Amino acid sequence: MRPVFLYPLLFLLSACSGPVNNPYPAAERGQQILYSAFSERPKHLDPARSYASNETVFLGQVYEPPLQYHYLKRPYELIPLTALAVPKPLYFDAAGKALAPDTPAAGIAESVYEIHLRPGIRYQPHAALAASRELTADDYVYQIKRLAHPALHSPIYGLMADYIVGLRDLGSELDMAAKRQKGWLDLRRFPLAGAVAVDRYTYRIRIKGKYPQFVYWLAMPFFAPVPWEIDAWYGRPGMAENNQTLDVWPVGTGPYMMTVHQPNRQIRLVRNPNFRGEPYPADGEPGDRAAGLLADAGKTMPFIDQAVYSMESETIPYWNKFLQGWYDASGISSDSFDQAVRTGTGGETELTPEMLEKGIALKTSVAATSFYTGFNMLDPVVGGLDEKHRKLRQALAIALDVEEYIAIFANGRGIPAQGPLPPGLFGYRDGKAGINPVVYDWVDGKPKRKAVAEAKRLLAEAGWPGGRDAVTGKPLVLNFDTAARGPDDKARLDWLRKQFKKLDIELVIRGTDYNRFQDKMREGTEQIFEWGWNADYPDPENFLFLLYGPNRKVGSGGENVANYVNPEFDRLFVQMKDMANGPGRQEVIDRMVTMLRADSPWLFGFHPKDYVLHHAWLQNVKPNLMANNGLKYRRIDPVARETARAAWNRPHWAGPLLAVLVLILVLVPAWRAYRRSQEATVFNEGRAR
Amino acid sequence: MMPVLLWTDGLIFLLVAGLAGFVFVVRRHEHLAAPWRRVAGDPVGMAAAVLLLCFTGIAVLDSLHFRPALPAGPGGDKLGGEIQYAPEVKSLLDRALAPLIEHQEKSYSAPFASRLFIREAITLADGRTVRDFPRLQYGGAALADPDAGRAGDILVRAAAGLAGGLAVWLLLAWALRRPLRRSAARGTILYTLLAVCLIVGALAALAPHYHVFGTDKVGQDVLYATLKSIRTGVLIGALTTLITLPLAIGLGVSAGYFGGRVDDVVQYLYTTLNAIPGVLLIAAAVLMMQTQLETHPDWFETGAERADLRLLFLCMILGMTNWTGLARLLRGETLKVRELDYVVAARAFGVSNTRILLRHILPNVQHIVLISVVMDFSGLVLAEAVLSYVGVGVDPGMMSFGNMINGARLELAREPVVWWQLVAAFAFMFVLVLSANLFADSVRDALDPRSRGRS
Amino acid sequence: MTAYLLRRLLYAVPILIGVNLLTFALFFLVNTPDDMARLHLGVKRVTPEAVVKWKAERGYDKPLLVNAGAAGLAKVSDTIFFEKSLAMFAFEFGASDDGRDIAEAIRTRMWPSLAIALPTFVIGLLVNITVALILLFFRRTYVEWTGVVALVAMMSVSGLFYIIGGQFLFAKVWQLAPISGYQDGINAARFVWLPILIGVVGGIGAGARWYRTLFLEEAGKDYVRTARAKGLTETRVLFRHILKNGMVPILTGAVAVFPLLFMGSLIMESFFGIPGLGSYTIDAINAQDFAIVRAMVFLGAVLYIAGLILTDVSYTLVDPRVRLQ
Repeated sequence: MRPVFLYPLLFLLSACSGPVNNPYPAAERGQQILYSAFSERPKHLDPARSYASNETVFLGQVYEPPLQYHYLKRPYELIPLTALAVPKPLYFDAAGKALAPDTPAAGIAESVYEIHLRPGIRYQPHAALAASRELTADDYVYQIKRLAHPALHSPIYGLMADYIVGLRDLGSELDMAAKRQKGWLDLRRFPLAGAVAVDRYTYRIRIKGKYPQFVYWLAMPFFAPVPWEIDAWYGRPGMAENNQTLDVWPVGTGPYMMTVHQPNRQIRLVRNPNFRGEPYPADGEPGDRAAGLLADAGKTMPFIDQAVYSMESETIPYWNKFLQGWYDASGISSDSFDQAVRTGTGGETELTPEMLEKGIALKTSVAATSFYTGFNMLDPVVGGLDEKHRKLRQALAIALDVEEYIAIFANGRGIPAQGPLPPGLFGYRDGKAGINPVVYDWVDGKPKRKAVAEAKRLLAEAGWPGGRDAVTGKPLVLNFDTAARGPDDKARLDWLRKQFKKLDIELVIRGTDYNRFQDKMREGTEQIFEWGWNADYPDPENFLFLLYGPNRKVGSGGENVANYVNPEFDRLFVQMKDMANGPGRQEVIDRMVTMLRADSPWLFGFHPKDYVLHHAWLQNVKPNLMANNGLKYRRIDPVARETARAAWNRPHWAGPLLAVLVLILVLVPAWRAYRRSQEATVFNEGRAR
Repeated sequence: MMPVLLWTDGLIFLLVAGLAGFVFVVRRHEHLAAPWRRVAGDPVGMAAAVLLLCFTGIAVLDSLHFRPALPAGPGGDKLGGEIQYAPEVKSLLDRALAPLIEHQEKSYSAPFASRLFIREAITLADGRTVRDFPRLQYGGAALADPDAGRAGDILVRAAAGLAGGLAVWLLLAWALRRPLRRSAARGTILYTLLAVCLIVGALAALAPHYHVFGTDKVGQDVLYATLKSIRTGVLIGALTTLITLPLAIGLGVSAGYFGGRVDDVVQYLYTTLNAIPGVLLIAAAVLMMQTQLETHPDWFETGAERADLRLLFLCMILGMTNWTGLARLLRGETLKVRELDYVVAARAFGVSNTRILLRHILPNVQHIVLISVVMDFSGLVLAEAVLSYVGVGVDPGMMSFGNMINGARLELAREPVVWWQLVAAFAFMFVLVLSANLFADSVRDALDPRSRGRS
Repeated sequence: MTAYLLRRLLYAVPILIGVNLLTFALFFLVNTPDDMARLHLGVKRVTPEAVVKWKAERGYDKPLLVNAGAAGLAKVSDTIFFEKSLAMFAFEFGASDDGRDIAEAIRTRMWPSLAIALPTFVIGLLVNITVALILLFFRRTYVEWTGVVALVAMMSVSGLFYIIGGQFLFAKVWQLAPISGYQDGINAARFVWLPILIGVVGGIGAGARWYRTLFLEEAGKDYVRTARAKGLTETRVLFRHILKNGMVPILTGAVAVFPLLFMGSLIMESFFGIPGLGSYTIDAINAQDFAIVRAMVFLGAVLYIAGLILTDVSYTLVDPRVRLQ
């Protein structure tokens, strides 16, 4: 009731460490430290296992695969990182004869990638490594072998075993070896035909057939180097019991190394003293120079000494701390959007005066992501490729007002999808040619959603006039399966039901926990669901394979969660997969997309726009959705940050003091009442005596 | 119209019937009626009881469920022949609040607002696009000028509503003059009724024209959500103890009466259950229950039945962790009652155990059961909110105070703050829990022999 | 006394087995080991072989309770339940399902939890007793009446509101405390004072009211009347007699919940981002990490039993009439 006694303590604290609400140690003030957060502790930091974007945030700074994406250029471009050049595949036929680069895919039995490393790259200091141990080709080969290690469950093992020569055999061999021998397996003893070190700085990867997308994988941590010494070090008995594993402590050649890893509190990356130094890119997109992104061109990276990531499981504290200056950059949740961003009269987004006053800058980009509402094509009501079921899905596609969804739940931060491919990928078509004619009309130079009446007409043709069975009159009830149960989800689900109501269809939300939801998806008992896909690499194959028949979820456990099987589409997919970007490929993709629009296995949702806010003291920020090693480019002005923090975090004592005062005022008459009663007692007692 | 009886509906009617029966029995026995007369004479307790009755009334109204018949399809009589019913289950309360359901805006709007709370691109008559707060579709729709005439309009409507409320109150007071004549708490009861009548009157006059508590993220009226949440709260508070009452009484009384092995087993049971941290036990049980519901989709036809079954299971689970306290109290009391002279005498005469339990023990411990039921009520209503926050509460699609608070947390981070959903949930929940607490105090004071004589 | 304690400790064993069995049953009705494997292996591209491998590695490939295939004692011992439960009694919690050591996590997370729970408990106790005494002190004045009403009102507010409101006012609007986070050592004070304040204020309603009832009960007893009749001042009666005797049930009640403070506060910790055992538990529930949930349930049960024994012991200490046998 009376927290008064706490105040002296508080004053004491405020006197010695700047703002009272500084969440960081006072010793860190004024240093070259970047402050960020993670919302969920990273599950895997082993480069053979990690596949989540919240993990690559750390891995990207520590590990260096042979290739990386250019930080500034768009469309995304692969450039060498530890390699000397981006490898060009050499093709061979079944007899091992070299083939011309333009040989059709059918004739190619094997592709070989030869990667030449830059000499003189050194690992971070580590107890297991000789002082300034140099990076060698063997380290890369060792990691490729680790992908097949049975204990690691690498998520790409299944996929890579289909491509890398001999990886599957290595997998079963290691499986047996692991059963015979407990403890660490020295992978150097197991040869892998598909990955061989030619000399100290050169290694070769052999791929079955033609797989042009393979080169993108070489920019992911899966193909980063792991020296055998490190693997042996963490493989010693007793290490795993003390959380000493490669899954917890990444070790690499990158600009930063991990020094603190408290999964429930903080992760700290510190500059790697052995890092060779890398020049900041000298060229970028046209607008980059004006935006100041090329001011550091040619200077040696990294610029920042440390990066501190604090555990922040909820968005609200994160956003508020960002506004107070304790975090350097932030995304925007839909609830804080109005505070941060407004749309100008011309429709362009700009920051609110409040943000501008703080010197906060805004960076936007369209993510290589597709959100969609999927139908289970195996379901008797909504599935099926015949005309009636197709029309039912098309009707729903019109009724589900994606534009309104974006307006309410994403504050306009997204573009309605016209097909599976997000902009920025080859095959995406802009403007009139790119609209989905099933759902949209082209009106006044803009796509316009068809009227609900049109949807009702389609619904009637599908055998459900007015949302009722044309024969029995039974109302149509559809089921929406979801694992969502967060605070914001109820509003979203309510909105969804409202959309189906437009067609007099009752939508039943079947909410469940995540495991159960996954079960349903695997067994194919779901009906309608939401799903999304983040691009692994900027190639249309990475999106269209989500609808490739042999890749379906039910039966083959693939990523085709809608279980869409259309033989013609599958034929075109196989053809498109191996083609080089060009008019021919575009034409095939167009045909595939048209097919998808007519069949509507997905209600195309939207491609989200990423909005990143950052304070004025953080420089060289440009959203790059493919690159995950952005930390080395960043620069910070700690002095400006210190000034701003002091100005934005003045404690307001008036409120609490007022509360205490009121409390005292209430108690004064009480005290007087007590005095009176005491006097009365004394008087009475006196008389009694 | 096809009446639908959900599980919890049945139970709440059972509860109401049971209460009526109880009142009937109590009125016929003077020794039972005496303590209740003390409750009836306690002004605070009776004011709380009036409020609780109002909440229960809403809950019961919201429990009369039905599925409206669909009009004959577009093909006329050709469709099937028999009448088809809408898949959506409605309640009488929904019907009464139909305007609130229909008046759905696009997104947030403040209480009594005539404009949306967020800016939108509006295309003007001359083709220009500006970003401004658009006019609401329903809130203040009758106004010619949404900004100028609003305060006056609200006042006029509110005054009319208050007058209506006053008239209803006068009627009520007249109707109640005889039963209340001898009550010591007559004044308080009438004043509480007056307050309720005035508030309801004003709300009834304003709600069809304004969103009195504003609208939420998808434009639903918050007043409607709050009223719907009452049923969830009341049900969790009332049914939970009711469902597990047989278990608690059975085990607690027999442990105390029979002693020995039975006592050991019962004690072991409740110590074990108590030893598990409550939230963990509930979380695990709720997750399990979800699995059960998931694997038996044939148990329910509509979404409402599904949510209802979940609510019922939640009540049971809460009860499972709750019965131990009551059982322990009953065990202790039975131990005492067992040694009373006439019970010992009855045993010596060879009266059967069942008879002794029914005739002597139960009547002597009934006050503990009653006190525990009323005391637990408020705690359970509060527990629902916490559980929903942890993610193991009622169905996310169901309107409840917990779900409202959970959703409103994000709104507090907005700037400008969206406060009305949180405040509405807070206010209604506070009044419900407060009146439950006050009533419980009053009942305990009257029934518990220990607390008598204390001031 | 020693014999009594020994008996109580032995009595704890069947309870702990029961607790284990119950959590085990609840959890594996929800999650088959297959579910757990899939959850931990991630979303993208998980093969059935990977699931089988994961289960074998963590020992989840055995039968749950009864191994029909085995002979003799192995029928019971070669099961998931037996293997995972036995180690608990030696407080060896093993690794969580994602491979981190649970005992280590409990050791490090215990301190932040205590940093909040312990001061909340102690200050709360003092404040509640003070408030109860004040109300008793001002008996039959308007202070008592308004105070009691205020207590009932405070008790009728959901704990969530205290936390949401407190965080909003003190951390966001007045900027007097960091919004969330935690640091070790003396720096912790900056982070924990607000949760403590909220915890104390939120607990006043129920706590002070309860203590007031205890004091009132004491005040109604004969010896108090005698003391007054002797002509002692009201203050003296209050402090020397009522408080002193009323403290017996208060302190023994406090002893019972004391060990449970180690478990931390679920909601408070997750709101303020305190890396304690409470948030650990919530995360484990959400991630369905059975190993952690089981360990925390076991720990909770042990602490609960410890509380029961401590209560008995403290009774003998404060009340010489009670003998333990």
